[in-house]
Amino acid sequence: MKVFLPNSVWIGNIDLFLKNIDNTNEEILEISSHENWVSVHPVVLCMVTALGLKMRGKNKKISFEIMQATSKHYFERMGLFRFLNLDSEMKINEHEPAGRFIPIQLIKNSEQLDKFITDMIPLLHFDQEKVEPIRYIISELVRNVFEHAGSTEGAIVCAQYYKKSNTIRIGVADAGVGIKNTLDRLYNPKDDIEALSLALTPGITGTTKKVGGSATNAGAGLFFIKSLAKVNRDFFMIYSGKGMYKLLKNPKNKEVKLVADPLKDHCSYGGNYPYWTGTVVGIDLCLDEHANFSELLDLIRQFYRKERKSKNKEKYKKPRFI
Amino acid sequence: MKLIKIYEKTGSFAENKDIARDIRVKEILPCLDENEVLLDFEKVESATQSFIHALISDIIRKKGINILDRLYFKNCNDTVKKIISIVTEYMQQQD
Repeated sequence: MKVFLPNSVWIGNIDLFLKNIDNTNEEILEISSHENWVSVHPVVLCMVTALGLKMRGKNKKISFEIMQATSKHYFERMGLFRFLNLDSEMKINEHEPAGRFIPIQLIKNSEQLDKFITDMIPLLHFDQEKVEPIRYIISELVRNVFEHAGSTEGAIVCAQYYKKSNTIRIGVADAGVGIKNTLDRLYNPKDDIEALSLALTPGITGTTKKVGGSATNAGAGLFFIKSLAKVNRDFFMIYSGKGMYKLLKNPKNKEVKLVADPLKDHCSYGGNYPYWTGTVVGIDLCLDEHANFSELLDLIRQFYRKERKSKNKEKYKKPRFI
Repeated sequence: MKLIKIYEKTGSFAENKDIARDIRVKEILPCLDENEVLLDFEKVESATQSFIHALISDIIRKKGINILDRLYFKNCNDTVKKIISIVTEYMQQQD
């Protein structure tokens, strides 16, 4: 496998980075990078870490080209090399991450998630209103990994705050079974794009086909998170198998309406990406344009109410007078 | 009436579904046939939809929606109220 960290990767331009992942040789992971400057979304760090841990778990080799870019210290500080047990040949004085970033974390169980939410998220030093969607997103995405990914490695998480744009960018990745495999038993999606589309549709869960879900799953988590990005007019992406779905920034002059079918959102998607064994999610949240979390909940409630009414109407038979 | 203080079990962010399931199975369900149950969310700042779903959806499914006449929610802030309302909303969709 070959991964090249280019000059710049954000959700907006992540397509090319994903397309350039070469997974033909699973015996070795080769990591190389742009020689001058590398600036990447946290989701990229999560992906490289997930790949590396998977290779380490299989006792495969990781070949790492020592970074030359002047931004290399960022990768050291985020913990990439430590996680992959690679010698970066860098020694840095680690500053307190308060307010700026959450370094790469591996979360394997519920207790570790509780601790992460208690210890790490307050490091971002945001007020309650801003913390609310961040911990919500991380909790829901990481619990999805525990419940559906079938991954022994757990969930890899990291986040970065960008002061200039006042945006927090969050990545979560796993090297589990992937969304299509999770949904195969009940929905048998024809390809990864259909699987992603189902996973983002409210009410679809891999655990049951009953309306309202099972006792512990409603199939609403990803819909909530995508809706948060939509209401906030931010990017959201999900990548699993050969499929990648990206919610594009909702145009500012367009009213935000929540719809059940994710393919009807302002989005792009494709089903010919290099196969990713597992699931990757990335999201941006601009904090100054941050729509109130409470307003999002109002929209979601209205959405469900409308769905309930239309479903009940569908089943309601009127007498036909001729 | 049985009182269950959520904060004592979850802290200020109620997101752990294992805890929600335990409260539902061990404390709410055994009581509801005989008693009313009061879920007190005092000091809970926020909850996830997954937590509230794991807490009450199976009760609604098993006992019917009228069980909400005997299951009370106290000291909920706006966020928690809205998430509970969302869960009760979609649990009333018909199969």
